[in-house]
Amino acid sequence: MKLVKKILLYEVHNTIRSRWVIFYTFFFFLVGYALFTFSGEVSKAYISLMNIVLIIIPLISVIFGSIYFYNSREFIEMMLSQPIDRKSLFLGIFLGVAIPLSAGFALGFSIPFLLFGKVTEQLTGFLLLLLLGMLLTFIFIALSFLISVKQDDKSKGLGLAILIWLILAVVYDGIVVMIIYFFQDYPLENTMIILSATNPIDLGRILFLMKFDIAALMGYTGAVFQRFFGSSLGMIISISCLLIWVLLPFVLSSRFFNKKDF
Amino acid sequence: MIFVSKAGSISSIRTALNLASDFDTIVVSKGEYSEGNLIIDKKIILIGKDFPVIDGKGDGEIFTVTSNDVHINGLLVKNSGISYLKENAGIRLDQVQNCSITNNKFIDNFFAVYLAKSAHCVVSGNFISGVKKRETNSGNGIHLWYCRDITIKNNRIFNHRDGIYFEFVRLGKIINNESGSNLRYGLHFMFSDSCEYTNNTFKDNGAGVAVMYTKNVLMTENHFEHNWGSASYGILLKEIADSRIENNILNENSTGLYMEGCSRVTIKGNNFIRNGWALKLMANSMENYFYNNNFIANSFNISTNSRQNFNTFEKNYWDDYKGYDLDKDGYGDVPFRPVTMFSMMIKSHPTSLILLHSLFVDILNIAESIVPVITPEALTDQKPRMRILN
Amino acid sequence: MISVKKLDKKFGKNLVLKNVNLTIEPGKVTAIVGPNGSGKTTLIKSILGLVRPTEGIIEVDGKLVGDDYLYRKRIGYMPQMANYPENLTGNEILSLIKSVRNTEKVSAGKILSSLKLESQMDKGFKNLSGGTKQKISVLIAFAFDPEIIILDEPTAGLDPVSSSFFKDLVLMEKEKKKTIILTSHLMNEVQELSDEIVFLMEGEIRYKGTINSLLEDKKETRLERAIAEIMSQDDR
Repeated sequence: MKLVKKILLYEVHNTIRSRWVIFYTFFFFLVGYALFTFSGEVSKAYISLMNIVLIIIPLISVIFGSIYFYNSREFIEMMLSQPIDRKSLFLGIFLGVAIPLSAGFALGFSIPFLLFGKVTEQLTGFLLLLLLGMLLTFIFIALSFLISVKQDDKSKGLGLAILIWLILAVVYDGIVVMIIYFFQDYPLENTMIILSATNPIDLGRILFLMKFDIAALMGYTGAVFQRFFGSSLGMIISISCLLIWVLLPFVLSSRFFNKKDF
Repeated sequence: MIFVSKAGSISSIRTALNLASDFDTIVVSKGEYSEGNLIIDKKIILIGKDFPVIDGKGDGEIFTVTSNDVHINGLLVKNSGISYLKENAGIRLDQVQNCSITNNKFIDNFFAVYLAKSAHCVVSGNFISGVKKRETNSGNGIHLWYCRDITIKNNRIFNHRDGIYFEFVRLGKIINNESGSNLRYGLHFMFSDSCEYTNNTFKDNGAGVAVMYTKNVLMTENHFEHNWGSASYGILLKEIADSRIENNILNENSTGLYMEGCSRVTIKGNNFIRNGWALKLMANSMENYFYNNNFIANSFNISTNSRQNFNTFEKNYWDDYKGYDLDKDGYGDVPFRPVTMFSMMIKSHPTSLILLHSLFVDILNIAESIVPVITPEALTDQKPRMRILN
Repeated sequence: MISVKKLDKKFGKNLVLKNVNLTIEPGKVTAIVGPNGSGKTTLIKSILGLVRPTEGIIEVDGKLVGDDYLYRKRIGYMPQMANYPENLTGNEILSLIKSVRNTEKVSAGKILSSLKLESQMDKGFKNLSGGTKQKISVLIAFAFDPEIIILDEPTAGLDPVSSSFFKDLVLMEKEKKKTIILTSHLMNEVQELSDEIVFLMEGEIRYKGTINSLLEDKKETRLERAIAEIMSQDDR
């Protein structure tokens, strides 16, 4: 763990000095600021913020993660020739990217809320988006590392990273629609709960919408969803699912990293 | 003048009513009067001082008025009997004219104020609160049946089955009332022509406001607010014709306005804000005119069940309109399609609502708005406003 | 002592090292030479644990490579191509490696001044040239006084002055009885620096022995010609 801390410290230094992270922080600040200034309707602003958190964060994280990993190849090689074990190095690099990036988001995202005094007004909504944004950062950096460890070709790896994002952000929901249409004669509520829990972006969206009492619009489905996601057990399961989405790709990629030739 | 008080020589209202003759005034002092099944068959004025409590103890009706020209004021009427056979009221006006019920309080009655076959009466300034249990043990706040020329004004009604109920009423005026937290409808009326609703607030009712099988309704400047639930409506219109709905605010309802079988209704100058569906328009509605309304922050603007449309939308403001206004006349140059692909999907497959606000749905909606395939082609606002109309 | 036993390495279907058996004696400079793609770098990286063997074992001072990572504390390595996190400085990298190696023993002064690195150490890597990065690699390889020094094409990116200093540096370390392994394309450089030579071709060792015995064997004075002769033998 000592080694992890040492690596982490330098990686964090490197990441926060990168223009990307500064730009990223500034971006969230600007978007929040603009939405609160120009959107007369707070509820509209929240929906827009949700979309940005759920779509932009995964995209930026997966791209940033891949590029960072590919650019670190020689450095990783250098570090591996030092007395350090691969697991510590990998964890150090992962946290060294994920922590500054999620912190950059958290900072840029929170300032407009504080400036406009919206934190207490919608405390659960604000905290939930903050938590979701940070978890999604970790999830998509873990996914990007998984891709980068397995795929040595940088351009193929980047393509794959964007493809994964596209699948989880868009294509997956298309498949959900197809399931709804093909199996319309069957009760689908539980299937839908499982389907939405297995995609981190969908899960984030539904958790957030449930907080806005959107369930009432959904009739019977809504009632089933509300009963599941509204309960504390459902909340625990949802957060666990998101954590699994961080851990699974990370553990897998760490294992591949361990066997990798440099 | 007859004075009733607990300490005085006349200590019961029943005695006073027996003693009174036409045009007498009975003044009831503060106190608890456990009386019920009182029949007022003389033209009297009944006034309470400091809200004397008339407690029916759950046995039958409390006041039944069978004479014209009766005025009741300042009483606290409570506990009329819950019954499955008889609609027991706090005060019933039965086939009378020129009566008024003003500034009373009604607490925990089965029905509070009940007007049957009466005319030219006023119900105003009352506070009415029921026993909110199940629909079957709960009667209506103000209930009108076969009446005409009735004014209902400045009342506050809570926790009944329907706040205000009209059946076969003509020329009714409902002004400045607040009806909320009722089990079913804040206002429920059927077969009641030529009635007017102005400046009322209907809030947090189980199912909102329902107006059915009626002509010539005028609804202006009302608030329909937070009627939120899986079968709740701001206003539910069924078989309504030749009516006007103007300058109302429909705020945070699951469905703002539901229209089924309506024709020649003008919907003008209303604000639809933060509803699940601002408008659900069934295909059997025709020749309705939607004009100068604001649609703001609704999850869906319009949902319909057909590709046909025989209604007109004009000069409304839609907050998700993305067109432009090159000629600077204040109206967008590109027509707006308020029915999205997604709202059609939900109509046929309600489960797909779990994809609300997903990127996939946004993409579908954009694609559909460019080349309409399943959304009603004719349902467009040809002149969407660029700015909110105040 | 480093010993490589029956080492095979496959990248996919491509067999890069075939049954390599090799013992590298301590206190000597061993050069690994061979044409492009002969497996020199793979062999070096196997010793460092950067490449995992398909078959066979490697031991450094009797300890199996792969089980333990602490043996690398005794190794200094200079890679063929250096690249560092672009927002960090030379000094930061040096102190990172210092803290990873858990040592206070740094002898950087002479190398810094001779390679004219002092003014470059506080600049971010994104502002440094390839040659300067290479010099920093030299610094990292030598600064911690390792017992084993592994150098992959060390002079490739260095200017003549630095290159000459570098050679002096290697000879000085040799005096201190360090074990040095290097790969190079430049045969005169190899001849100048090395005691032992390992000639690799197509993943196999074709020759191993002292430079002197190779020259005697082939009756040549120049290493380049001797090597060419092994290769032409091979063609026949």
